[in-house]
Amino acid sequence: MSIAFIALLVAGLGLIAWVSARARAAAFAGGGGARTRAHSRPSQHGWYVALWTVVPALLFLAIWNNAAGHLIYASVLASPEAAALPGFGLQRATILNEAYALATGASTTAFNREAFALAPVYARAISFYNMIGLAVALLSAFAAGAWAFSRVSPAFRARTRVERVVMAVLLTASSIAILTTLGIVLSLLFESLRFFSMVSPVEFLFGLNWSPQMAIRADQAGSSGAFGAIPLFWGTIFIGAIIAMIVAIPLGLMSAIYLTQYASARVRRWMKPLLEILAGVPTVVYGYFAALTVAPAIRDLGLKLGIAASTESALAAGLVMGIMIIPFVSSMADDSLAAVPQAMRDGSLAMGATTSETIKKVLVPAALPGVVGGVLLAVSRAIGETMIVVMAAGLAANLTLNPFDSVTTVTTQIVQLLTGDQEFDSPKTLAAFALGLVLFLVTLALNIVALRVVKKYREAYE
Amino acid sequence: MSSLALAPETVDPTPTDWAGAEMRARIRRRYGAERLFKLIGLTAILISAGFLAFLLVTMVGNGARGFTQSEVRLDVDFPRSSLFLDPAALRGFGAAQALAGADFERVVNEAATAQYGQSGPSLFSQGARLRLRDAVRDDPDLLSGRSTIWLPAATAIDIAAKSSGTAAAETAYDRLAAVEAIRTGLNWSFLTGADSTDPTLVGIWGAFKGSLLTMIVTIVLAFPIGVLSAVYLEEYALRNRWTDIIEVSINNLAAVPSIIFGLLGLAVFLNFMHLPRSAPLVGGLTLALMTMPVIVIAGRNAIKSVPPSIRDAALGVGASRVQVVFHHVLPLALPGILTGTIIGMARALGETAPLLMIGMRAFIAAPPGGLSEPATALPVQIFLWSDEVSRGFVEKTSAAIIVLLAFLLAMNGLAIYLRNRFETRW
Repeated sequence: MSIAFIALLVAGLGLIAWVSARARAAAFAGGGGARTRAHSRPSQHGWYVALWTVVPALLFLAIWNNAAGHLIYASVLASPEAAALPGFGLQRATILNEAYALATGASTTAFNREAFALAPVYARAISFYNMIGLAVALLSAFAAGAWAFSRVSPAFRARTRVERVVMAVLLTASSIAILTTLGIVLSLLFESLRFFSMVSPVEFLFGLNWSPQMAIRADQAGSSGAFGAIPLFWGTIFIGAIIAMIVAIPLGLMSAIYLTQYASARVRRWMKPLLEILAGVPTVVYGYFAALTVAPAIRDLGLKLGIAASTESALAAGLVMGIMIIPFVSSMADDSLAAVPQAMRDGSLAMGATTSETIKKVLVPAALPGVVGGVLLAVSRAIGETMIVVMAAGLAANLTLNPFDSVTTVTTQIVQLLTGDQEFDSPKTLAAFALGLVLFLVTLALNIVALRVVKKYREAYE
Repeated sequence: MSSLALAPETVDPTPTDWAGAEMRARIRRRYGAERLFKLIGLTAILISAGFLAFLLVTMVGNGARGFTQSEVRLDVDFPRSSLFLDPAALRGFGAAQALAGADFERVVNEAATAQYGQSGPSLFSQGARLRLRDAVRDDPDLLSGRSTIWLPAATAIDIAAKSSGTAAAETAYDRLAAVEAIRTGLNWSFLTGADSTDPTLVGIWGAFKGSLLTMIVTIVLAFPIGVLSAVYLEEYALRNRWTDIIEVSINNLAAVPSIIFGLLGLAVFLNFMHLPRSAPLVGGLTLALMTMPVIVIAGRNAIKSVPPSIRDAALGVGASRVQVVFHHVLPLALPGILTGTIIGMARALGETAPLLMIGMRAFIAAPPGGLSEPATALPVQIFLWSDEVSRGFVEKTSAAIIVLLAFLLAMNGLAIYLRNRFETRW
């Protein structure tokens, strides 16, 4: 009889409590006249009793689930059969694990003979402590449920109490966002601090040499690990903020202008979702597309131009990333253009300006803060993008201005450092968290600035 | 007065000669610029749409072949082969052991050499012996006679059969085709199998099931938490510092790069809480944290669009504030919330980077049986196959992408349908 089964049993009791309390409340709610009118509705009484039945019992089970494991372990070790076990060490742990697997039926054979002797002891201990858990859980469910049931009366304010619980649940749910943020910041910070205790932050932030391979043995020659992240930062900016934006800004902005100012309603209705599909395609698909189709094409182009192009050129990754970013730029530009007051547009047209002159001289300058905010958001999106660069950009940390050359990015290196064998005290693994921290802070700053710019601009016209 | 009035000598009193050659040229120039600008806008749109079309055409063109598989005919004379298996042994107890002990690879090689000459064995995929074993297991009577069995072709032959392969493979294919010993049909095992090292044997079901399990965990966690947070922030939250912190957190989480969530999952769920590696449970938890802000933001917008008159009316007839929300506002906002949820789930389904961080990139040759068993997910499978050297994996990767895109398209279609069908404009 497992903990999950007991929990199910308690839930069943809760259902019974809900039905019976509701029936009792319905009896006095329906019968009387104005004098006996109940404060709360029958179902609220039901919820009140059900909550008292279920919550304390489940809380107990949650604690018991952790405690019982230790108690079972201790009682097995205290048994006479355990005296035959070898002293501390791997062997001992293996035998205990095998005995546990035998006792729960997870396996039917074991390598160690002692495990067979221990298995019945284990099984006895498990069933003993589970019985205790069952008894206490049922007892608390009955006791708390009965007490709550005894309070069901016309004057009892069940609604107030139940709604207080609802509010607490709502508050807890919304606090999970804070917990997540806190979890991100703390886990990144904690691991980064461990990294910076091994590698100086100055070397990390300003070093020009990145080669994270650590020597496996102390006497091994070479590759002692260098953690200068400037080449990674440059690669990230080169692909995400320069090449991708050269593609995305003109295409996105011009698409938005055409769709908002020139296109008929029908074209707009079809083209806008079509552009949004570009944003919905999974990035792994873009990455595959970049590696399979775009990168070889660019290498061939480079060969024709007489430039030695790498198969993992920055241009391929940046180009495809730019395509992915187009809908972000275009939808932000779209919103900003739509927010420019119609009077400004009409005024310009009335003065005799053509539509394009109105757009270039009035609409775009007026919408510029919004567009800039959108571009900043797009940049933050691009530098955090992982799969395209993992699949299409290289691993060589080059400081180069040549788009046909291979560069590497922060996200590529995070994936590279954290896949394969991991040991959590080597600077190689911890470096990924330091890179993650930098990425988090930069994207955060970009987002805050972008949102502030956009907000200020919205206020200007409202 | 004097400051407003222009000095008479600066204004040219003659009216503009609009019909004059100079002005006509100027207007022509301006209209030309207008047409050019409009054309540039149209080009930008067409280029963007063209990229999308090119992407889809490339994927479908490569991937359609991934759903088919060439098979080569093999006549096996079981009683004369080196396979010493008794049909009776396969019916009773110990059948699995008898099958495991039999050397099917040798049977395939011998039969292939006998039928197609020295190069016969190279026509067949590495997995042909497994297919033969399954055929024998399903019908032990095969063993008592000579029978014709279709087995998967080797990758080179497979490529030659579907498109153009190497010269040697093409000749081999022509020889096979001349005696009608090769056929190409729908590859069922691709839709029902799991990962493999041999491109002719790989299947997508293992990864698909992993994705499904992950998505179940994600939606079970992210939907209630997201909706309840949205309700709290929109309906009950007081304007205080705590609420501000919650709002800032949610807006930031929505913009945090997905790989950061992977780092969080790695640090918290694996290293701190010691949950199983590569499991859909951990993947789902990580993606739930990522999806939740999307649901909260969509939920808040949907709740915001329910007009206040409905709340006032409910409060007016004596409902409590909890009843107002749960009986009236939430049901009316539900279509909007569901649309946002589906879009968030579609994003989570296509997400790869966080799952790589928590180890869902392992080679898993069997579909996962539960939430805590090692699994991989559809996008991660695509990533893994894209790294394979063998040419046969190109079409399989594209085929997996087609499956993923079809699933995403279905989800987005459902979202659009829900929006159009149930959304009320107040």
